[in-house]
Amino acid sequence: MNITNATYLKNQEGENSEIKATIDGKEMYVPLDTDNRHYQAIQEWASIDGNNIIDNGA
Amino acid sequence: MAITRIGNPAIADQRGVNFRNIIINGGMDLAQRGTSFTGITSGSNYCLDRFTTVPASAGTWTQTQSTDVPTGQGFAKSAKLDCTTANGSLSANSLLYFQQRVEGQNLQYLKKGTANAESVTMSFWVKSNKTGTYIVELFDNDNTRQISKSYTINSANTWEKKTLTYAGDTTGAFDNDNAVSLYCFFWLAGGTNYTSGTLSTTWTANTNANRAVGQVNLADSTSNEWYVTGVQLEAGQVASDFEFLPHDVNLQRCQRYFQTFTSEDRMYALQYSSAYRALVFSYICTMRASPTQSFTALGGSTTATYATVNSIFRYINLAYTSGTATYIHSLTLDAEL
Repeated sequence: MNITNATYLKNQEGENSEIKATIDGKEMYVPLDTDNRHYQAIQEWASIDGNNIIDNGA
Repeated sequence: MAITRIGNPAIADQRGVNFRNIIINGGMDLAQRGTSFTGITSGSNYCLDRFTTVPASAGTWTQTQSTDVPTGQGFAKSAKLDCTTANGSLSANSLLYFQQRVEGQNLQYLKKGTANAESVTMSFWVKSNKTGTYIVELFDNDNTRQISKSYTINSANTWEKKTLTYAGDTTGAFDNDNAVSLYCFFWLAGGTNYTSGTLSTTWTANTNANRAVGQVNLADSTSNEWYVTGVQLEAGQVASDFEFLPHDVNLQRCQRYFQTFTSEDRMYALQYSSAYRALVFSYICTMRASPTQSFTALGGSTTATYATVNSIFRYINLAYTSGTATYIHSLTLDAEL
């Protein structure tokens, strides 16, 4: 799974509710669900130096 | 007529038992993502529903849903892997396998980790130009234990039925949840990291070197191809006839893990507040986990969503004064293991 970027999206209450990511060249919306394989892969990706899930605070 | 119930603590024979096949889409009939994918060199690659092809430093592959099937057995489709760039000198960490992952909650009746642990039998039809030894491995992801059995493709380009029985494992229970507990590996190539030991033919703590000993290198020529269909894993020591399920039942079992909607399947958003619209959409069936979504949105940008195993609630940034229709289409939902 090739992840090139990931950004948290917030719900109307201002809480992170999903991650918008580019995975294998495709834009995907990934739920914050530890049972979701893309979420698991993003967490692994983010644990590598230089990779971050962008939290723009919006 | 006196009828005697034969007591049997173990499941010796699954013939006649509905839903006895632990493998989903074993007849390779469903391919919701598409019927052909090229240029596969790494990662986990889905073509046929529920089955993934995983290569690493083992050539380049095309996987296809094929109509080449064993004659007179009732199958309509098979999975085909075709080598398009060869690797005749595998690295130590090279690997190539075709795999299905199984939820732990579907395996509890195997009683793994108890004194009554069930044997299981894997049966399948296979065909390849490359004859020789191949490995099918069961890997317990919860306890990092595994068992491997070998089979031989005897005749080139000829469909052959194979049956492999694996003893029950009295150590290490499968977790009773929706996560992957069992990996079923159809090995097709392995470097020395996976082949340099002694094949582990009884359940044991994993040692990578013992997992695929003797496996031929299917990646050694662009002439190589491998077909499989009729994959069935069932409790007991007997391979029953393949369990053909109705198409709708088979499809819904696959839709627990993946659902797809065309560009004509439009899901419109309704006005939710003065500033937002909301798209509320229930899935075809309950999914294994909250799914990853991919879609095309028209009429407004989407913001955050609430996705459960049953439905999506997605905001669309568009005020009530706008006359623009908002909808998404070409949606895919992925809750694969």
